[in-house]
Amino acid sequence: MSGANDPYDPKQVAALSPEALDAAVAAARQAFTGAADLEALAAVRPAHLGDRAPVPLARRELGALPPAARADAGKRVNAARVAVTEAFEARRAELEAERDARVLAEERVDVTLPWDRLPRGARHPLTTLTDRIADTFVGMGYEVAEGPELEAEWLNFDALNIGRDHPARTMMDTFFVAPEDSGLVLRTHTSPVQARTMLSRTPPIYVVAPGRVYRTDELDATHLPVFHQVEGLAVDRGLTMAHLRGTLDHLARSLFGADAVTRWRPSYFPFTEPSAEFDVWFPEHRDGPRWVEWGGCGMVNPRVLVACGIDPDAYTGFAFGMGIERALQFRSAVGDMRHFAEGDVRFTSSFGVEQ
Amino acid sequence: MRVPIGWLAEHVDVPAGTPVEDLDTAFVRLGLEVEEVHRPAEVTGPLVVGRVLEIEELTGFKKPIRYCRVDVGEGTPRGIVCGATNFAVGDAVVVALPGAVLPGGFQIAARTTYDHVSDGMICSVRELGVGDDHAGILVLGDDAPAPGTPAAPVVGLDDVVIELAVTPDRGYCLSMRGIAREMGTGLGVPWRDPGALTPPAWSGEPAWQVTVEDAERCDRFSMVALEGLDPTAPSPWWMRRRLAQSGVRSISLAVDVTNYVMLELGQPMHAFDRDRVSGAIVVRRAREGERLTTLDGSQRRLASDDLLITDDSGPIGLAAVMGGASTEIGAATGSVLLEAAHWEPTGVARTARRHRLPSEAAKRFERGVDPEMTMVALARAAALLAEYGGARVVGTPVDVDTRGPRPAIALDPALPGRIAGVAYTPAQVSGLLGAVGCTVEGDGGALAVTPPSWRPDLTDPADLVEEVVRLAGYDDVPSVLPTAPPGRGLTDGQRRRRAVGRALAEFGYVEAPSFPFLGTAALDALGLPDGDPRRQVLLVRNPLSEEEPALRTTLLPGLLAALARNLSRGLRDVALFEHGSVFPGGERPAAPLPGVDRRPDDETLAALLGAVPEQPWHVAVALSGHREPRGWWGQGRPAVWADAVQAARRVAEAAGVELTVRARERAPWHPGRCAELLVDGRVVGHAGELHPRVCAALDLPPRTAVMELDVDALPPVPVPTGPHLSSFPPVFVDLAFVLAEEVPAAAVEASIREAAGDLLEAVRLFDVYTGPQVGEGRRSLAYSLTLRAPDRTLSGEEAAELRQRVVAHVEQAQQAELRG
Repeated sequence: MSGANDPYDPKQVAALSPEALDAAVAAARQAFTGAADLEALAAVRPAHLGDRAPVPLARRELGALPPAARADAGKRVNAARVAVTEAFEARRAELEAERDARVLAEERVDVTLPWDRLPRGARHPLTTLTDRIADTFVGMGYEVAEGPELEAEWLNFDALNIGRDHPARTMMDTFFVAPEDSGLVLRTHTSPVQARTMLSRTPPIYVVAPGRVYRTDELDATHLPVFHQVEGLAVDRGLTMAHLRGTLDHLARSLFGADAVTRWRPSYFPFTEPSAEFDVWFPEHRDGPRWVEWGGCGMVNPRVLVACGIDPDAYTGFAFGMGIERALQFRSAVGDMRHFAEGDVRFTSSFGVEQ
Repeated sequence: MRVPIGWLAEHVDVPAGTPVEDLDTAFVRLGLEVEEVHRPAEVTGPLVVGRVLEIEELTGFKKPIRYCRVDVGEGTPRGIVCGATNFAVGDAVVVALPGAVLPGGFQIAARTTYDHVSDGMICSVRELGVGDDHAGILVLGDDAPAPGTPAAPVVGLDDVVIELAVTPDRGYCLSMRGIAREMGTGLGVPWRDPGALTPPAWSGEPAWQVTVEDAERCDRFSMVALEGLDPTAPSPWWMRRRLAQSGVRSISLAVDVTNYVMLELGQPMHAFDRDRVSGAIVVRRAREGERLTTLDGSQRRLASDDLLITDDSGPIGLAAVMGGASTEIGAATGSVLLEAAHWEPTGVARTARRHRLPSEAAKRFERGVDPEMTMVALARAAALLAEYGGARVVGTPVDVDTRGPRPAIALDPALPGRIAGVAYTPAQVSGLLGAVGCTVEGDGGALAVTPPSWRPDLTDPADLVEEVVRLAGYDDVPSVLPTAPPGRGLTDGQRRRRAVGRALAEFGYVEAPSFPFLGTAALDALGLPDGDPRRQVLLVRNPLSEEEPALRTTLLPGLLAALARNLSRGLRDVALFEHGSVFPGGERPAAPLPGVDRRPDDETLAALLGAVPEQPWHVAVALSGHREPRGWWGQGRPAVWADAVQAARRVAEAAGVELTVRARERAPWHPGRCAELLVDGRVVGHAGELHPRVCAALDLPPRTAVMELDVDALPPVPVPTGPHLSSFPPVFVDLAFVLAEEVPAAAVEASIREAAGDLLEAVRLFDVYTGPQVGEGRRSLAYSLTLRAPDRTLSGEEAAELRQRVVAHVEQAQQAELRG
């Protein structure tokens, strides 16, 4: 396509001929395709893409061409260069993929091998369930109140309208602490925390008090001398038994599912009046849906409010308490109460760190 | 309280065919918890009333054997062989005919025995499964139905007994009378009050001379005298049956009658042998040194608070609790003084507790007995003793009655609704209180409510509220969630306890709470020296186990016991933790017992709270076996002292405090492997390996490691401030020092920190070497330091200078030399 009268050196321009360029590209393609691995590919690269390779050499000849022919030849050389480079890259990608596939396949491991080099521990289900109950109440705006396990007799009994000679006092199976006039007992329920709270705060009071309590029962499959309760107390203007029921229903739903509700049976506690024992409807019970006895509740006896310095004409209150072991027993189908006392890691670990 | 339904039905018109389940539900709705439903033993086949027509004593056998002709209503009497002898011709008995099956699968068939065909069996109480009576066969009274009548209802074989748990406020429900009232109201059916009996108009001289000196403790004392009692007269079968159903043993007619009337009316009574009572009866407090032998045969030292029934000879009864032996009814007693009184509950409770005599009488008086019942009960008992024992009342009964009028309670008729959150009408309130037995006066405004004599528990408006809500039904109370004011969430202390527990659980420890009781043996096993504060324990006066009477002062005994228990169950690698209160002993003032009519004054309250000992919250770990198990990656790593120390560090991190550690000797730890744990210079606990002797004493594997730390002793932490993060490049420097073995690594690290100052970002001990290269008694500690400036790239010169400063300082401060 050069002009007929352009200066022309056939030897030099032969490299720029379409035929020559096509041949160079074809040769390069063949060489690359023929390289079996990345090493071989690297070895043939200089012959086709190196400085002395045909296409770069041809490119150097462009300068010798007259301007009219240069553009045309330049396009051809460029196209050839791109074709060779692409051929190389394509083959390299192919070979790299092959290599990666091979290496990663070789590096395959048995992912089912255990790696329990530091076994996890567990919190006790009594702890996690207690926290869960406390959290439910904290979510409602309650605070968590505390009191000592070794407690003043007055707070465990007298302040709660359980007089010295009251039959309920002897029914409590109390551990007394020496000496005889110490005035101290191992608390028989978490209810003294009610008294402590009312003595130290002014209404409105909304507290929940989990803790360990004591009764002189011999340890067996159904009795624990040391067990856990959660106590709730609310003192405010205008509180009614309806609010008590609403609170217990809410707790029941949060622990036992949306269908859980409570049912009350009239009962007697000196520190509440009216008093009730309550059952919870537990649809997930392992022996089928049923009512399960859970705890006691009632409206704070005005006598208790008086002993704690709260005006019973201005305020009413409700209180409730239930056993944590009892709740775990049916919620998690624990058959034998002794499991709670033995510290067997197989029992506790089965519940996990967080229940 | 056991309630035979047949007995209940005598007083309450229970609709025919009411299933036991419905009665159960009704009781529960009324607040009478059903503890158990006792169903009678199953008897099938023909069981009939028979009348003994002839008795032929068979001889020639090893024991007396009778061949009886018994009319069983068939026209022809049946011949029955019987080995018992406690019946006579004419007696009505219970006959199981061939085809009957008695409790225990005992099949009755006609068979030949002792050379006679026995065509059935004359039954004993025990064979019928209706009691434990050993006294031969069951003889029905003269009022038995005609021969051939089905006997099951007669002997109570169709009668269910419902056992109720009666709460302490409902003393009146410890009687059929009270139960009948509740059930009549609960079922809404007619019922009859067995206490609505008018005593006959007795006349004559007073039955006995009686003086009540303590009217506070005894506001009514009634007594009737009876003569002509046949001491051999048996109690009628129906009475024995009901006593048996109620769980009361039959003793003699006089005693059975007092027990029966107590069950029926709720009024406990006592029968004295009149001929053994000398002189006037005086009710008074005990005097110093007085003694009384009670019916149970034990001689009791009396306290001046005990109330007594006395005669010229001294005490003859512990009032309301138990009678005395000297005036006990005997096998020949024909004259009886029957006493029924009303005693003040708390005094009865004190006496019953003091003498450990929780009798049926005391139980009722403690919970409150209807004072109106004394004369009624005496009349009822006298009538029964007359009917079945031929006794007759002599003279006029004594009735010392000093009771005042019962005050009325002012009740706002809207109060029950306000408490329950249910809109009761005033008429409903009055009606329900009326059903309880209250007299209600007034309308519109406040009501004046006078509770009935049998409800001493009703004293406050709140008591009346409970009755209204209970009888209207708790199911009426709606469910409304109250809105509490916003709370502040958990306290820092509560968060910290949770954080500590979670950290240890995540770190591989399993929580193992134990009972906080221990004995001296456990403290000895720990090798605690005399005078160790942990030996100063508080003692439980009534411990479950005499071996463990003390409250724990350390968590270790319980935790190590749990460890041993796990190991004994075949577990090998065990890491446990516990957190909870300990109870340090020591002298403290007694806690005061203020009144409850108002808030205690501040001083009393402070004394009360101050008398309760501090009960610090501790955390402890114990571990044994492998801390990291062996696996396909290689060998396991045994748990060592350092794990226990690291657990303490984890606890400190969770609590947000900085823990320092130094060597210390302290039981129960290995003297060379015990770390004292400090926070801000204050000792908060110890960790390390158990002393080999302690491991041996507790049968634990050698090298068992433990830690105990007082969480309450950890100081509160300020709000953390965020660090400045330098983005300039760090310089890493490794340094190894050779120094005396005794120099603690902690001291070397402290020296490094001192010298490096603020440019030290981190320091880490990465190697400890002992061996020939460093010489005897010396070791090499190798540290990796990260140096970084907050505001520039450290130059080579700066880094070299800092390195030199650190080396020089450590060499000088710790007599160390840089390892080449």
